[in-house]
Formats: sequence, structure tokens, C-alpha cells
Amino acid sequence: MINLYLIVKNLTRDKPHLLLNTFAILVAFFLFGVLGSVNKALHAGLEPSENNRLIVFNKISFTQPLPLGHVEKIRALDGVKLATHANWFGAYAQGSQTYFAGFAVDPETYLEVHADSFLVDTTQKRAWQRNRQGVLIGEKLAQTFAWNIGDRIPISSNIFYKADGSQVWDMVVEGIFTGTDLQTDTNFLLFHYQYFIETQTFGSDWIGWVVLTTVDPALNEDIINKIDDQFANSFYETETTSERQFNKAFLQQFGNIGFIVTSVVAAAFFTLLLIVGNSMALAVRERTQEIAVYKTLGFSAQKIFSLVLSESVLLAALGGFAGLALAHMFVGGMSQSPQIRAIFPGLSLSRSIFLQAVFYMIALGFITGFVPAYRAMQLNIVNGLTRR
Amino acid sequence: MNDDLFRLHNVHKEFSRGKQKITIFDNLCLHIKRGEFITIMGPSGSGKTTLLNMLGGIDKPTHGQLFFQHTDIAQFSESQLAKWRADHVGFIFQFYNLMPMLSAERNVELPLLLKNLSRAERKKRVNAALTLVGLQERAKHYPRELSGGQQQRVAIARAIVTDPDIVLCDEPTGDLDRTTATQIMEMLQTLNREFNKTIIMVTHDPEVAKYSSRQLHLDKGIFTDLETAA
Ligand SMILES: Nc1ncnc2c1ncn2[C@@H]1O[C@H](COP(=O)(O)OP(=O)(O)OP(=O)(O)O)[C@@H](O)[C@H]1O
Ligand SMILES: [Mg+2]
Repeated sequence: MINLYLIVKNLTRDKPHLLLNTFAILVAFFLFGVLGSVNKALHAGLEPSENNRLIVFNKISFTQPLPLGHVEKIRALDGVKLATHANWFGAYAQGSQTYFAGFAVDPETYLEVHADSFLVDTTQKRAWQRNRQGVLIGEKLAQTFAWNIGDRIPISSNIFYKADGSQVWDMVVEGIFTGTDLQTDTNFLLFHYQYFIETQTFGSDWIGWVVLTTVDPALNEDIINKIDDQFANSFYETETTSERQFNKAFLQQFGNIGFIVTSVVAAAFFTLLLIVGNSMALAVRERTQEIAVYKTLGFSAQKIFSLVLSESVLLAALGGFAGLALAHMFVGGMSQSPQIRAIFPGLSLSRSIFLQAVFYMIALGFITGFVPAYRAMQLNIVNGLTRR
Repeated sequence: MNDDLFRLHNVHKEFSRGKQKITIFDNLCLHIKRGEFITIMGPSGSGKTTLLNMLGGIDKPTHGQLFFQHTDIAQFSESQLAKWRADHVGFIFQFYNLMPMLSAERNVELPLLLKNLSRAERKKRVNAALTLVGLQERAKHYPRELSGGQQQRVAIARAIVTDPDIVLCDEPTGDLDRTTATQIMEMLQTLNREFNKTIIMVTHDPEVAKYSSRQLHLDKGIFTDLETAA
């Protein structure tokens, strides 16, 4: 039995040191909690993508347009199940500074192609399809702006103006869609392609990209080649990828976040090992004589070992849980912001990150405590008693 | 012979400092009976502390036999010695060696943590020990809040709380004034006479040595008064 009271008393005897160490550990675990959650949220966005969904972009860049005619040509190919198209429309509500994603889409086919990701009530869907000014909004967007079905909402774009110079597209909320699972981002809106394109001056038939599904994921490679070959040497050459790959490539634009997270956390932990390890070693060295007294009283070598080791584990847990609690609050606060939700849907300090952190706490406690504990255990009583 | 508490037979003790070997004791023999109050005196470096350490099981003879009752504790392993100390020995040091972050009662409780006792039982024994040294009202005080004499009394309480057979003291009054030293000595005498503790004490002070039932004089590892050691 090791006496918890004794461990706590030893840990708290030097308050400034305790504060410093706890703070260092807290910072490291705070970083781990926040960066780990962000990293996980980024990758979570990849998961729901159906693997038989392909995206066709302009070969020059995904910001370059394609002609609408591409959609029919792609739809006609063998092995293509469904095809639809979309235009990017960086949206914000009139009078608000909050940007969110908006897509001008073909109302007849867009939902079908994304049937596995979004759910919308059939009557609402019909109403949206019938109304040229109708808009479908995601559940999260509806919550953020407190929009309801029937609301008339003025939407502007941070990219586009209308041909007449005005900036506002009047839209009517006809439906609210939800994600098929919690991780799915629903912080965007869908409105009619026709309503968008008729307001644009240059060319009337251009689109952002084509999305299609194949009858079988095994055919993906084949169909990707067929599409890109078909448009090779035309004015509008294409680059087709699976949606999953596209998302990955898109993330890499943020830099390799996973790598950054790992590096930052690793650096923090390494520093921590030095700080806490050194401090534990010093603390135990200062207590040489006390340890000799414990031994004199009959405390066994194992008891001494666990007394010191428990102290360092307790210290790691103290700072670690404090850091995690702070990270939990911080991540919770972050996920309240619509902008952050748009980039990191489903951002939260998950159970698996929590468990990983607990593992690191124990590891930290063991690594920083092991050498001092071993030294204490090995201490020769006579030498320890006479040192003063 | 049979009621010997300790019997040292041809105890040899040497320390090595680098390549150099220093012999402290060569064929040392000594008998100690239960209930004796022994003082060990002698010049500095004569081996008093080393002898006391071996009797207390915190140091071992290089070779030779050290019987406690009928067991040669010189053969014990470290962990056997630890248990033996917890069961049979109480230590009192010159500089008290209390834990600074623990209150008087928590200091006294320390050796009891090694026994299978309930909290209530531990509390009872701690109270009894503190009462015996006259410090029950100081139970919650920390060592830094106590005088040297009071700290030494806490140390005495810690040494006897497990009801050991032997109490070993290394210059227990070395850091105290005459009046306080007398108090401490009277307390040790009570332990010896009324509680039948065997006390072995190292001291430089002849006044203090007068409290003992037998005085041993060590010089360069040899008892100068041979028959006293027999
Ligand atoms: N751990 C050790 N390593 C090496 N030499 C030691 C060690 N402990 C004691 N000695 C030596 O052994 C001799 C006896 O030491 P000891 O401490 O027993 O003397 P002492 O009689 O208690 O002296 P004092 O009155 O100064 O306390 C001394 O010469 C000392 O230097
Ligand atoms: Mg000495």
C-alpha cells in the first residue's frame, strides 16, 4: 500500500516548482488536445465520401470553368450512373460578415448524386425544385442564422456581381437538409443554377465542375481515363479524380497539417520531458536524506520506488487533465464559430484523443519518474543519512 | 547467553575509498542483554556510528556474525533487513530527521504505515506515543514550528510508536542545551525502566552517559575496557 497522503504532501511541498511543472504539462496537453482535435476534424471530413463518386474539373485549375455541355457528354458514357454539376458561390447573408459555402446546382440531379450524404424531406425537395428562387439550406446554417422554411433571405457573394450591378440574390428557404451522420458538414446552401447563371454577363453556360457516380467503384479508373481522354486536346481539357482524393488534395493546400500537429506536439513533449524530468531528479536529490530516513524506518526499496514514481505520475495527471479540460473548453468555443465549423465540421475533443492523452500522461509520469525512483530505491542508507 | 538480545561474533567491517580499504572493526565481539541501557563513547572516527548502524540493520558487517536473538541478521537481504527494522528497531538521530512537510502526528504515524492497521488504530497509537513524550497538544504542528527539544521528542515518539525491542540513538542530545538534554535523557530512562526497551546510545557527553547501565569505550574500533563488552 502506498499512502496517497504522503505522495500528495511530497508533490505539493514546493509550491512554485509544482506550479511551474503543472503549467508546462498543462500547455503541452492543451496543445495536444486542440491540435489533435483539429487534425481529426480535418480528416473526419474525408470519411463520408462515397468511393464511387468522381469529380471533373478544368485541367488548368479547379477554379477555372467548364462548359455545361460537358455534363451531357459525361452522362452518356458507359459505366456512369448519374452526373450533375455545381458552381462555387462564396456566400454571405446581407448585413453579416459570416461567409459560408454556397453552390449553384442543378436541382433535378444534384441531390440524387449526393443521396448518401444529405437527407431532405421529399415535399421540401419538390418545393425547392419548383421554385427558381428556392434555396435548400443545411441544418447548421439554419441554426446559425435562425432561418426557417418560408423565410426570404438576401444572399450575396464575395466573388460575383449581378449583370445589373446589384449584389443581392433574393432566395426563399424551401427546405432544410441534414447530414446522414454527425460528421457531415451542413454549413452551406444549395440554389438553382439557372437563377445564378442568368445574372452573369460573360457566357451563359459555364459551370464549376461535374460530379458523377459510377455503377461500380471498380470502374473508377477506367471511367476517369475515358472522361479525360474524351476532352483531351479540346479547349476545355479535364482532370478527373475521385471525390476522396480531391478532398485529400484540397487539405494539402493547408499544408500538411497532420505533420505540423505531430511536430508541435512532439516538440512540446520533448521539452516537457526535459523540464519535468530534471525537476523530478532535483527534487529527489534534495530529499536524499529523507529517503534514507524512510528506509531506516523500514520502507522497502519497492515502496520507495513507487512513492517517487507515483509522485511523477500524479504530477503528469494533474497538469495533463487540467490541460485537457482547457482544450475541451477551447475546442467547444471554437466549434461555436460558423467559419470554423465550415472548415472543421464535427470539431470536438473526442474520446480517442482523450484516451491517447491519458496514455501520454502515464508515459510522461513513468519516463520522468523512473530514473529518480530507481536512484531513490538504490540509495545506500548510511551514505544518505550522513549527507548534509 | 540465552537472554542475549545481540551477540556480535568476530565482526569485521571495512570501507573502501577508491582502491584504499579502511578497516574499522577487526574481530569485534559484543553481547547485549535485553533491557540494557548502553552508551557508546569514544573519539571521533572510532566507529561508534558504524557499530550502531550495524546493530540497527542499516549497515552490514563485511564478514562475521551478528545475532539478534538466534538469527544472524548479517545474512539478511536488504528487504529482510527492512522488515526486521520495521518490526524491532526505533531510531533517534542527532538532527531529529523529521519530514518537514508532515505534521508531528503524521511524522509519528510514518512507521505505522508499514503495518496492517486501521486508521483508527494508527491514530490511537500515535496519540499514545505523543502523550508519552508530552506533546499531544502539538500534534498538528509542523517541525519548523517546534523547538529542537520538541522535535527530538517527536522523533522519540516516532521511534517507539511501533513498540520496538530496541531503541538506537546517535548523539540524541548533541544539538540540545543541558536542560533539554536532561529532559530527553529522563524520557529515555523511562522508556528503559518502565517499558523495558533496550537502549543503545552513542554520545560524547559524560553527563548523558551517566544515565546508562553500561558504558562502552571505543577507540580505533576496539573496546578499551574489554570486560565491559563481554
Ligand atoms: N560510508 C563510508 N565510507 C567510507 N568510510 C566511512 C564511511 N562511514 C564511515 N567511514 C569511516 O569509518 C570511520 C568510523 O566512522 P564512524 O562514523 O563510525 O565514526 P564515529 O565514531 O561515529 O565518529 P563521530 O564521533 O565523528 O560521529 C571513520 O574513519 C569514517 O571516515
Ligand atoms: Mg558518529
